Amino acid sequence: MGMDMKEKIRDFHQARWDEPVIFELSAPGERGILVPEGGPLVEAAGREALEELPAEMRRATPPALPEMGQMRVLKHFLRLSQENLGADFNIDIGQGTCTMKYSPKVNDRLAGSPKVADLHPLQDESTLQGALEIMYRTEQLLKSISGLDRFCLHPGGGSQALSGIAAIIRAWVDDHGLRDKKDEIITTIFSHPSNPAVAKLRGFKVITIYPDPVTGRPDFEAFKAAVSDRTAALMITNPEDIGLYNDRIREFTDLVHAHGGICSYDQANANGILGVTRAKEAGFDLCFFNIHKTFSSPHGCGGPGCGVIGAAEHLAPYLPVPLVGFCEESGKYFLDYDVPKTIGKMKDFYGVLPAVVRAYAWIMNLGAEGLLEVARVATLNNNYVFQKILKMKGAGAPPYAKGEHRMEQVRYSFQKLKEETGLGIADVQNRIFDYAGHIWTSHEPFIVPEPFTIEPTESYSKDELDEYLAVLERIVEEAYTDPEILRHAPHRSVIHHVDHDYLEDPKRWAITWRMYRKRFDGYFQPKDA
Amino acid sequence: MFRLGLIVNPVAGMGGRVGLKGTDGPDCLTKARELGAIPLAPSRAALALRVLLPVKDELCLFTCPGLMGETAAVEAGLPFRAIGLRVGPQTGPEDTKEAARRMAESGVDLLLFAGGDGTARDIAEAVGENVLCLGIPAGVKIHSAVYAATPLHAGEAVLSLVRGRRPSRRLAEVMDIDEEAFRKGEVRSRLFGYLPVPADRRHLQGLKSGSPRSEAALQKAIAADLLEKLKPGALALIGSGTTTRELKRALGFEGTLLGVDAVKDGKLVAEDCGERQLLELIAREPEGNVRIVVTPIGGQGFLFGRGNQQFSPEVLKRVGKENILVAAVPGKLAALAGAPLRVDTGDPRLDRELSGYTKVVTGYHEAVMAKVTA
Repeated sequence: MGMDMKEKIRDFHQARWDEPVIFELSAPGERGILVPEGGPLVEAAGREALEELPAEMRRATPPALPEMGQMRVLKHFLRLSQENLGADFNIDIGQGTCTMKYSPKVNDRLAGSPKVADLHPLQDESTLQGALEIMYRTEQLLKSISGLDRFCLHPGGGSQALSGIAAIIRAWVDDHGLRDKKDEIITTIFSHPSNPAVAKLRGFKVITIYPDPVTGRPDFEAFKAAVSDRTAALMITNPEDIGLYNDRIREFTDLVHAHGGICSYDQANANGILGVTRAKEAGFDLCFFNIHKTFSSPHGCGGPGCGVIGAAEHLAPYLPVPLVGFCEESGKYFLDYDVPKTIGKMKDFYGVLPAVVRAYAWIMNLGAEGLLEVARVATLNNNYVFQKILKMKGAGAPPYAKGEHRMEQVRYSFQKLKEETGLGIADVQNRIFDYAGHIWTSHEPFIVPEPFTIEPTESYSKDELDEYLAVLERIVEEAYTDPEILRHAPHRSVIHHVDHDYLEDPKRWAITWRMYRKRFDGYFQPKDA
Repeated sequence: MFRLGLIVNPVAGMGGRVGLKGTDGPDCLTKARELGAIPLAPSRAALALRVLLPVKDELCLFTCPGLMGETAAVEAGLPFRAIGLRVGPQTGPEDTKEAARRMAESGVDLLLFAGGDGTARDIAEAVGENVLCLGIPAGVKIHSAVYAATPLHAGEAVLSLVRGRRPSRRLAEVMDIDEEAFRKGEVRSRLFGYLPVPADRRHLQGLKSGSPRSEAALQKAIAADLLEKLKPGALALIGSGTTTRELKRALGFEGTLLGVDAVKDGKLVAEDCGERQLLELIAREPEGNVRIVVTPIGGQGFLFGRGNQQFSPEVLKRVGKENILVAAVPGKLAALAGAPLRVDTGDPRLDRELSGYTKVVTGYHEAVMAKVTA
C-alpha cells in the first residue's frame, strides 16, 4: 500500500548508514585502478616535466589520500547518496530564495553528451564552434530577457557574479578619477547579503536601508537621506527575499543616476518576473542571473553553478573576459579577449559549460511565452501556499504589506507557535525530516522572528503543495499536543538531533580531516579535554 | 546531574493586574493587596518548570521556601531541595539577594528566577557576573534583556541546557525604570548592570545578531570604524553600553560601562562624567571640536533620555547634531522590528531637531540609515 492520498502524510524512513569518513576506510596498499607502468620513455618525460616545477612547489611526501578498491568506493558514495534528500526526492519548496525547480532530465542528457562533456578546455576554437554557438545564443536570450547589452557567462555562482559586478563598479569609479569622491554603496537589508559583502571587498563603505514597516518595501525617505555624490552604486534585489516587488524602483535608480552613480540589479530571484519586468526599464546598468536557479540548471550543491553578469553598453567594456564573439565575415564564433577595460578573468576556460547548455535548452524549450508562464505559475503557486499558511495555526507573515499578494516567495514566521508552545522554526525543521521534507530557517537578516521562506516555483502541482502543507500542519499540531516528539526530532532520519552551538563556536570546528585529527581524538572528544 | 537554582519573587507582577505600574516598595505592595492582587509569579514559574518534567531525573532543583520557589515546584510536579533560607510572610528584595548568594555558593549551573526588572536588579546586585542566569518574565515591567520571551521559552532554554547543550555566555542588560515616574505616565529607564545569560537565540529576547562571538567581533569592527571618525585633537564623549565600551577598549582604557567617559587623542580625560562636568569640558574646546558617541539603549531604541541623562539638552545643543556619532550592532536595530530610534531629551524642540534620518555605524565601513523620532 502506498501513502494515504487523503491525509497526504507519508510513513517515511530515511536510509541510515553509520558510514565512516572516507579517510577512515583507507587500507594501505589497496588500489582502485592499477595504472600500467609507463615504460622508460614516459618516465623520462615525466621526470622532465617535474623538473620544471620550482623546488618549493614540490611535495616532499605524497598526499594522504584514502587508498581503496573500486567496489568500496562505490558503496561508500552510494550509501552517502541514500542519506541525502535532494530536489528529485522531496517537495523542495521549503528552501525559499533558492528557486528549487525541476531540471528536465533531457537537458542533463544534452549536457552529459560527449559533445559537451568530452571537450577539452585547451581545444582549438575552430573545433569548439558548437559550444561557442550555444554560449553566444544564450547570451542573446539573456539580453532580451533583461534588456541589457552584453553578458559574460563565466562566474561559477551568484556571489562570484556579484563579486565581478563590484569589480566593475570599482574599475569604473577609478577610471573616472573618482576614487576619493565616490566611496559608498547603498543596499537594502533584504537584498542578498553578498551585495554588501562584495562592496566591502572592493573597498566601498556600505549603507543599508531598512524596509518601511507598513509597505515592507525599502524606505524611500531613508534612501533619499543616504544617496549623495559619494554614492558609487546601488546594489539591490527586487523582488526582495520576502517576496515583495518594489514598484518605486525606477525612482531609486533615477535618484542614483542623478548623483552620477551606477545601479546594479541582483536578479538571483528572477522567477516571478520573467517576461514581466526587465532590468533595463527599471533603470539598471548591471545585473546578474543565477542560471542554476531561475533557468533550471541544478545548483550542484555549492557548485558548479553559473551566475551570468549583464551590462548596459557603457559598462560592457569592463566585463570579464573572454566574452563570446561572432565574426560575420568568417561565420565563426570566437573567444573574445579584446575587451578594452576588462576586470580580467573570473574563471578558467569557458566557465561552467554544462550549466549553460541546460539553461539554453530550457529557455529554447519554453520560448518567450513559456518564460512568462513560468513566472505566472510560480506566482500563482506561491499565493496559493501563502493563503493556506496564513490560516495555519501558529504561523503567519510579518505585519507589513497587509492584504497584498506576494511574488514568487514569502518570508513567514512561526513566532506565534513559539509564543504558544515554546517551539519554533528550528524544532519544525528538525521534525520535517521525519516526513521526507525540508524547511530552511532563513534567518538572514535577523529581522523576522522564527522565520521560514517558502518558494513553490512553477514545477509543483497543487497535489504536491497540499502534501507539503499537510506535513507542516501535522508538525504544528504535534507542537501543541506532543512537544517532546519535536524536541528529540528527527527520529527517522540519517542522524538524530544536532545542536547549532557547534556551528557557532570555531573552537569546536573541524572543517578538514587533517584539522579533525589534530583537534579531536574520538568522536568530537577534544584532545586536551 | 544538572544543578538548577530557582528564585521566585512572589510579589512581582502583582501591581500590573490592578493597574499599578510595578510593585516596587512595601507601600505599593500593600496597595496592590488591598486592590485584590494575588501572586502570579509562582504560576508563571510553574509553567516554565513543567517543560522540565521529561528530565526531572537528570535535574537537581534547589529552591526557596513557600511562594519563593517551593509552590511553583510543587505546582509543576518537580522534586526539589530547599536551600535552608528562612523568610517571613512578606518577602522582599533582601530575601531575593540572600537566596541568590546562597545559590551561587552551592554552585548552581543556572540560576532561574521569576520576576520583573526589580528582581533582575536584585539578582545582579547579589551575584554580579558570577552565575549564569535566566529570567522567567513575571513582572509588570520587563525592560531587561535577561528574560526569556515567555515562561515556556524559559523552560525550553533550560531543558536544552539539562540535555547537554553548552552555549556560550553573553552579558545581557539589566534595566529598570523609575516606578514613581512611570505611575505618573513617564517612562525613564536606566541601565543598572549586566547578568550573564545563555546565548540562546531561540529563546531569549534581544539576541538576534548571531552568536555572542560574532556580536563581540561586530563591536570590535564598530570600534575600528569609530576610531577612524574621531579626528586627532577632538574631544570624544563616549556614552554607556557594551558597544561603546569596545571603543573605549580600542582607545586603550576600560572606562565605565554605565557612565559617560571623556577622551582625547587616546587619553582618558575624565571618567563617569555628570552633566556639569561635561559642560565644563565642552567649554574648554573650540567650537565643533567635540563628538558624542552613543549606542541605543535597551529594547526601545532610545539614543538620549534613557540611561544617559548626562547628555542633557544643554550638552547636546553645545555639541551639535552633526557631531553625534551613533553606533549599534545590527541585531539591536533588528530587534526594534521596524520601530524608529527615539530621543527624549526633555526639550521637545531639541527632540524635533534631532529627529530625521541618521547614519548608524553597524560595522567597519558599514552603516544603516535609520529613522529617529521624538
